Amino acid sequence: MKSLEELQKIKERALQRRKLSGEGSRARVVVAMGTCGIAAGARDTMTAILSELESRSITDVVVTQTGCIGLCEFEPIVQIQVGESDMVTYGKIDVGRVPELIDGHVVGGVPVAKWQVRK
Amino acid sequence: MTVFRDLSQHILDIAENSVTASATLLHIDIDENPVDDQLSIAIGDDGRGMDADMLRHIADPWVTTRTTRKVGLGIPFLKQTAEMCGGTFEITSALGQGTTTRATLQLSHIDRPPLGDLNGTLLCIIVGNPMIDLVYQHKVADRTFVLDTREFREILGPEVSLSDPEVFAFVRGTIGEGLASIGSEALP
Repeated sequence: MKSLEELQKIKERALQRRKLSGEGSRARVVVAMGTCGIAAGARDTMTAILSELESRSITDVVVTQTGCIGLCEFEPIVQIQVGESDMVTYGKIDVGRVPELIDGHVVGGVPVAKWQVRK
Repeated sequence: MTVFRDLSQHILDIAENSVTASATLLHIDIDENPVDDQLSIAIGDDGRGMDADMLRHIADPWVTTRTTRKVGLGIPFLKQTAEMCGGTFEITSALGQGTTTRATLQLSHIDRPPLGDLNGTLLCIIVGNPMIDLVYQHKVADRTFVLDTREFREILGPEVSLSDPEVFAFVRGTIGEGLASIGSEALP
């Protein structure tokens, strides 16, 4: 059974990592989680993003969620902001598109133009 | 009008209303009761709440506080699903007092959607809303699983976020073990 002592150790490792690399947050990923998004599969998209970051041991990306942003026909919608650059909005990001999106924009730093939608 | 595959999508959707209402603490209670053949779901928050007029119209699909889209659908969806499955639906709220949404469904009803990916729903709520704490209680017959993210945050402090991959994996594992330990029908 998982215990809070285990979480304490995880915290110490996370702080140690940060001290070694001096890392701030590299990028912010936002998943739209309105009724429209959830119906289109946003929950699976979000857990896939978290798993993708986990499998690549990427620890300096903040993942949050937001409500409906008024582009319901393009759900599931994911927004990515790398560093101080502009936030990019992507449409129809199902689980299958997550690895390429993370690889291209978060890891590579280059927006994935083919899935970009304009607000 | 079944846009959601499982009940945990409904739960995530109702919880989103709490996020919009600026809640800081969310309570989710689930009770799978085979003796009474009933599944109960309650989602309560300490958000800004609704006045009597809004509350009267809340289950009407044409009501929303949102400005990006004109139709609010989440609450009517859950109401319809509950009533279609021999159950009940109720919202209690007052301005400044938060909102609680309760649904019951007949556990064995042929049309009842499964609880489904409850772990995914809880992870989205916990990781996606760093400003909100969740107290989760899930009962199956005489066994109960309780999770309180305030305990996690107390250990993690302000420096380490719940979306840190190792922390995320810990939370996912905790939920999975918890759901399995009480014998929930939900996917661990």
